[in-house]
Amino acid sequence: MKKIEVRELDLFYGEVQALKKINLDVEANSVLALIGPSGCGKSTFIRTLNRMNDLIEGVKINGTVLLDGQDIYKEVDVIELRKKVGMVFQKPNPFPMTVYDNVAYGPRIHGIKDKKKLNEIVEKSLKAAALWDEVKDRLHKSALSLSGGQQQRLCIARTLAVEPEVILMDEPTSALDPISTMKIEELIEELKKKYTIIIVTHNMQQAGRVSDYTAFFLNGELIESGPTDQVFYNPKDKRTEDYITGRFG
Amino acid sequence: MNSKLYDKIATIYFYVVATFLIVFLISLISYILYQGRTRLNIDFLTSPPKFMEVGGGIGPQLFNSIELLIITLIISVPIGLGAGIYMAEYAKPGLLTEIIRLSVETLSSMPSIVVGLFGLLVFVTMTGWGYSLIAGALTLTVLNLPVMTRVSEDSIRSVPNSLREASYALGSTKWQTIVKVVVPAAMPGIITGIILTAGRIFGEAAALLYTAGMSSPALNFSNLNPSSPTSPLNIFRSAETLAVYIWKVNSEGLAPDARQIADGAAAVLLLMVLIFNILARWLGSILYKRMTGEK
Repeated sequence: MKKIEVRELDLFYGEVQALKKINLDVEANSVLALIGPSGCGKSTFIRTLNRMNDLIEGVKINGTVLLDGQDIYKEVDVIELRKKVGMVFQKPNPFPMTVYDNVAYGPRIHGIKDKKKLNEIVEKSLKAAALWDEVKDRLHKSALSLSGGQQQRLCIARTLAVEPEVILMDEPTSALDPISTMKIEELIEELKKKYTIIIVTHNMQQAGRVSDYTAFFLNGELIESGPTDQVFYNPKDKRTEDYITGRFG
Repeated sequence: MNSKLYDKIATIYFYVVATFLIVFLISLISYILYQGRTRLNIDFLTSPPKFMEVGGGIGPQLFNSIELLIITLIISVPIGLGAGIYMAEYAKPGLLTEIIRLSVETLSSMPSIVVGLFGLLVFVTMTGWGYSLIAGALTLTVLNLPVMTRVSEDSIRSVPNSLREASYALGSTKWQTIVKVVVPAAMPGIITGIILTAGRIFGEAAALLYTAGMSSPALNFSNLNPSSPTSPLNIFRSAETLAVYIWKVNSEGLAPDARQIADGAAAVLLLMVLIFNILARWLGSILYKRMTGEK
């Protein structure tokens, strides 16, 4: 089943065209990895899926992005969209609040006030992000006292707390050590049972390990996409092969 | 070789400057406290002033200073913070924003006596309120808004953008993001702005001479009728503050111990500013810790 369909998507930063005629489908309950060299537009692309680019002055978008068949730029309210399409950023960015308040932030702004309900959501989300055992005794300590890897899993828990359907991850492990990276990768494996995940990564091995599908971007264009095995071992385009075998990038 | 020498010279220079500054400040503060030491007692702090004889206190002036501080903060913090939020979060770069910024900066270097005369014209005469606490508070608001606005804007700008993004990505509106994430994270800076403002309110004399007035009716603290001239709750009464009183006693005081009164009042003023700063920082850090969960 197709969760997201992107059709003829162009994106301009003022005069500069950052994305050119992107066509891409994302299967539900799968992991799609976006790979490509720096500046190729993969981060820009992932940010069109929850309309984070709306926040930047002078961005213009043409084309359509369908979520469950609905055009997210025309038919869906941006608040509703971001509830459904959560995002985890490159650098862990927990709020300067307690661990508990970080996770409860989303549910609270969407109107959940009941203490018992919030407790349940916090526990469930932290468990789903494989962080509960590490923080259950310090829920009311500052989130900034956690390690980098824990902070990133907290950010994942915070995203899960609003019960999204899609999770966007923009190089979620690039600021983390190998062990924390491994934990997050295991987590992605677990999360895809319930969620559709799109992950931007610089790391070829990571793309190979965690993803079902891979899309290769270059200079704002989508060069090739398909099942990860095929893109990695049997690429159709010479540029994909060159990138994957490490000839550039 | 040379760069090491320069490094050494720079280090020495900074140490000398810092030492000089600290020694200067400490001696200034100790001098003021020493000069005023004989008057630092409850009687001086609570009794009303006397014009021709020895032994007058500063009770009403001290109370007026605190009341004026509270009223001015109630008016200027919401406006200054609001303007700071507007400048940092809403204003689009462009001509209008530049004009606003230029005006704010110009306003901040306006001599306080000029602001005082403006207050006399607008808040005292045009409104028909006469010399009054509220006219003084509004004048001080004009005086302090630039600083409050600037400091709030700067501290809100310094909140990392990644926090705003995190909030938006969870489906928050701009308002929710500002209230629940940005302003709390900017709180330490905002508190600093409030302290700076408060210091100026305590210390300001020139802007108050013609607005809050140079006389203070005797206060009856059991009188809670806001329209009575002796009620401490009446914000339309003339209210001389401590700083104005120091100026007045120094320049035209008729009491034989005018000099001692001025010295004592200066010491009290200094201590008040100190106490307020400590209190505000302490409160700010408690507030910040409660919000951030840091212990």
